[in-house]
Amino acid sequence: MEVIYITIGVSVVVAVFFFIAFLKAVKSGQYEDTYTPSVRMLFDDELVSEENKKNQE
Amino acid sequence: MAANSCYHCGTDCKTTVIEFEQKNFCCNGCKTVFEILNGNDLTCYYDLESSPGNIPKELRGKFNYLDNEDIKDKLLEFNDDEISVITFYIPGIHCSSCIWVLENLNKLNGGVTTSLVNFPQKKIRITFANSRISLKQIAELISSIGYEPYISLENAEGNVSVIDNTLLYQLSIAAFAFGNIMLLSFPEYFQVDEFWLEKYKHLFRWLMFAMSVPVVFYSAKGFYSSAYKGLKHKILNIDVPIALGITVLFLRSTIEIVLDIGTGFFDSLTGLVFFLLLGKIFQQKTYNFLSFERDYKSYFPIAVTKIVNGIESNIPVNAIEKGDRLLIRNEELIPVDGILITGDASIDYSFVTGESNPVVKNSGDKIYAGGKQTQGAIEMEVISTISQSYLTQLWGNDVFKKVDTIGIKNITDTMSKYFTIAILSISIVAGVFWYFYQPEMVINVVTAVLIIACPCALALSAPFSLGNMLRIFGYKKFYVKNAVTIENIAKINTIIFDKTGTITSTKESNIVYRGTNLNDKEKIAIKSLLRASNHPLSRALYSFIESDLNIDKPESFEEVVGKGIVGKIGNLTIKLGSSGFVGNTENALNETAINVNINNDFRGSYVFKNSYRNGLNDVFAILNQKYKLIILSGDNEGEKAHLEKILPKNIIFYFNQKPEDKLNFVKKLQEKGEYVMMVGDGLNDSGALAQSNVGISISENVNVFSPACDAILDAKLFNKLPEFLTLSNKTVSIIKSSFIFSLLYNVIGLYFALTGQLEPVVAAILMPLSSITIVVYVTILTNFVSKKL
Repeated sequence: MEVIYITIGVSVVVAVFFFIAFLKAVKSGQYEDTYTPSVRMLFDDELVSEENKKNQE
Repeated sequence: MAANSCYHCGTDCKTTVIEFEQKNFCCNGCKTVFEILNGNDLTCYYDLESSPGNIPKELRGKFNYLDNEDIKDKLLEFNDDEISVITFYIPGIHCSSCIWVLENLNKLNGGVTTSLVNFPQKKIRITFANSRISLKQIAELISSIGYEPYISLENAEGNVSVIDNTLLYQLSIAAFAFGNIMLLSFPEYFQVDEFWLEKYKHLFRWLMFAMSVPVVFYSAKGFYSSAYKGLKHKILNIDVPIALGITVLFLRSTIEIVLDIGTGFFDSLTGLVFFLLLGKIFQQKTYNFLSFERDYKSYFPIAVTKIVNGIESNIPVNAIEKGDRLLIRNEELIPVDGILITGDASIDYSFVTGESNPVVKNSGDKIYAGGKQTQGAIEMEVISTISQSYLTQLWGNDVFKKVDTIGIKNITDTMSKYFTIAILSISIVAGVFWYFYQPEMVINVVTAVLIIACPCALALSAPFSLGNMLRIFGYKKFYVKNAVTIENIAKINTIIFDKTGTITSTKESNIVYRGTNLNDKEKIAIKSLLRASNHPLSRALYSFIESDLNIDKPESFEEVVGKGIVGKIGNLTIKLGSSGFVGNTENALNETAINVNINNDFRGSYVFKNSYRNGLNDVFAILNQKYKLIILSGDNEGEKAHLEKILPKNIIFYFNQKPEDKLNFVKKLQEKGEYVMMVGDGLNDSGALAQSNVGISISENVNVFSPACDAILDAKLFNKLPEFLTLSNKTVSIIKSSFIFSLLYNVIGLYFALTGQLEPVVAAILMPLSSITIVVYVTILTNFVSKKL
C-alpha cells in the first residue's frame, strides 16, 4: 500500500497544477469580457469569404 | 425592413430619401458611412445585422484637442516612438456588426495595427502606428463611420478602476481546499478500524491541515477584519460569530490531530468558508456598461478651444481662467459659467435640468455650465473657474465625500446581534453544566456549540435572495447598484419626484396653439416656411402641423440668428420666433414657444408643453396608498394647476428649487426620521440623489447619462416603479422567513453539540445541507414572486 504515497502525491500535484492554471487565467483577464470572444469567433469566416470574393472577381 | 427605412441606421426616412446604389438613406451622413464601408469591402457590416448603423454627427474640429501633447499623454495607455495604444469608450456599440466593423479598422486605415472590442463595456482598444496615423485621425476615423468616442474629463484624470480579483482568488483557494479535503476525510468517516487506514490516517490528516491553512489565513481574511471593525464600532455583525466559528474550528481541529484524538473538522471549515465566499460573490452584480459613481467630470469635455487674438488653441478644461474667451462648437458642452459674446446660442440644458427644449440666448446673456450648444458655434467669455460654476459647486458638498459604510446595518446584522448573544450565553450555560456533570467534556461541548452555531445558512440567505433579485431587476432594466439598496428600498416611507425629465418625458412634447385661429391657408404657409429651417423647434412644429395641402416654396426666406425666421408666401408675410422678434407683448410666462406674426399682426403662439409619462396617474395612485409623495421641481409653478388635476389630492408640491435646496430638503426630511427615496434625472438632482437613502435615476438611454445614484431605471419602465418597490419588500420578507429555517437547523445542530455527540461527520452533513437548502429556498421564492413582473 506504499503506492498511496505516490497516488496521493500525484493527485495533489495535478490539482495544484490546475489551480495555478486557473489563477493565471484570472490574472490574464480572461474573465473580464466573456461576451465579445463568443461573437468574434463567428467572424473569421466573414473575412475569408470577403477576400475570396475579391480573388474571384 | 420597411420600404422607406434607412439602409444604414434603420430610421424612417420620412420625406427626404437619398438614393444611392438602389438603397435608401435618411441623410447624407448615413450615405457617407455606407460609401466608406462599401469602398473598403466592408459591406458585410450590413449582412450581419440589418440596418446596424448609427447616424454620424457633424464634428468639424471637435477632436482638434487630441493633437495637444499634454492631453494625448493623459489619454494614451501606452506610447513610444512607433506605436501607441488607446482605449475609447464608444456608447454607440450595440450589436455584432459593430464589433465586426470596429475590429476591421485596419481595412479602413493601414495605420491601425489591431483593434479589440470589449462589448459589455462598450470599449475599443486600438493599437496604431504613430508614423501613419495620429490619435486625432483615429478618433475622426471611427466617428466617420458612426462610432463617436466619448472622451470626458474623467478619462484625463486617470480614474481607471482596477478590477479587484481578490475575492475570486479567495474563493478559488477555498474551493480547491474544500474539494480535496472532502476526498481526504471520506475514508475516516466510513472505514473505521481498517488496518490500512490506521497506517495512513496521519498522512491524510496533515494534508488536510496543510490545505486548510491558506483558507483560514487568506480566504477567510475578510471575515476577521469585518468582525474586528464591527466590534470596534460596538456592532455585533454577522461576521463576529462567523470569525469566532472559523477560529474555533481551526484550533480544535488542529489540537485534535496533534493529540491524535480525531480527524478534526477541516472539511466543514473549508466548506463553510467556500459557501460564505460564494454568497459574497453572488451578491455582487456589476453592470459593466453602467456607472453609479458619476459626477460632472464624466460629462465635461476634456479640452476646450480658447481664442487669443483671433487664434484658436486647445487648452485642457482645468486650465480655464476667468476672462478667457472660448469657442463652443455645435454639440459641445459649456464647461464653465460665462457670458455669451457672439453667435446663435440655443442651449440644451437637459443634462442639468432634464428639460430638452433648447433655450435661446442672446449676446450679453449669462450662460451656465452644463448646457449643450445645439446649433452653430458660439463664443463666450468665462466669468468663473470650473469648480466655482453654479452647477459644479454642488459637488463641494459633504454628501459627495466618501463615507464609511461600517455604521450601516443590514438585515442580517440586525438579526445577528441577538443571535451572537444567544450563542454565547448557550455555550456558557452548557460549559457550566458540563463542568459539574463531566468536567473533561467542557471544552468539547463549548467548542462544538460555537462550531455548529456558526451562522452559515443565516449568512447566506440575504446574499442569495438579494443577489438573485438584483439579477432579476437588471434583466428587467432596473439596474440596482448593490444588494443593500434593495434592503433600503424596503424601508422607504417617503418618495420625492423631480418634475422635468422624471415624470415628464423629454423625448416627446405636446404642442398647443394659443391665440386667434389660423385658417388652413395660413397654416400651410407656416408649415412651408418651417420646412426651410433647421432649428429643432421648427422641425418639431413642422411635423406637428398636419395639412393635406401641398407645401409651397416660400418666395423669400430669412433666418434671423437666435430670433426666428421671416418669409413671404403669396400675400402673406410671416414671422415666426421669439416673442420679442414677432412683437408679442402678452406672453410673459416662461414657456418655450414659437410665436406667429402674419402681415405684421400678432396671431398667437405654439407652446411646447412637456408630456407626462405613460401611466403617471396609476403610478402615483398606487404609491400614494403606501408612501408620502412629494414633487420637488426646479421649474416655475406654470404646471402646478395641471399637475394637481391629474395627480392624487394629497401630494405636496415645491417649485423653484435649486440643486442645493433639493439636497437640503431631503436632509431635513431625514432629520425628522423619514426614510427618503429620491427619483430624479438631471445633474441638478445629484445632491438630492446622493443625500437620499435611495436615489433612483430615471434615464431615457441607460448608456448615455445618469448622475451618481443607487439605481438606474429605464424611463420606459417608469410605470413599473411600484412593482419594483413591492418586490423589494417581498424579498426582505423572504429573507426573514428563511431566517426561521436556518435557526431550525441551528437548533438541530445544538442538540448534537450540547449532548456532547458532535462528530465531524455530523457537522460535515449538517453544514452543507443547511446552506444548500436555504439557497434553494430563497432562489425559488424570489423567482416565484417576480414571475409576474
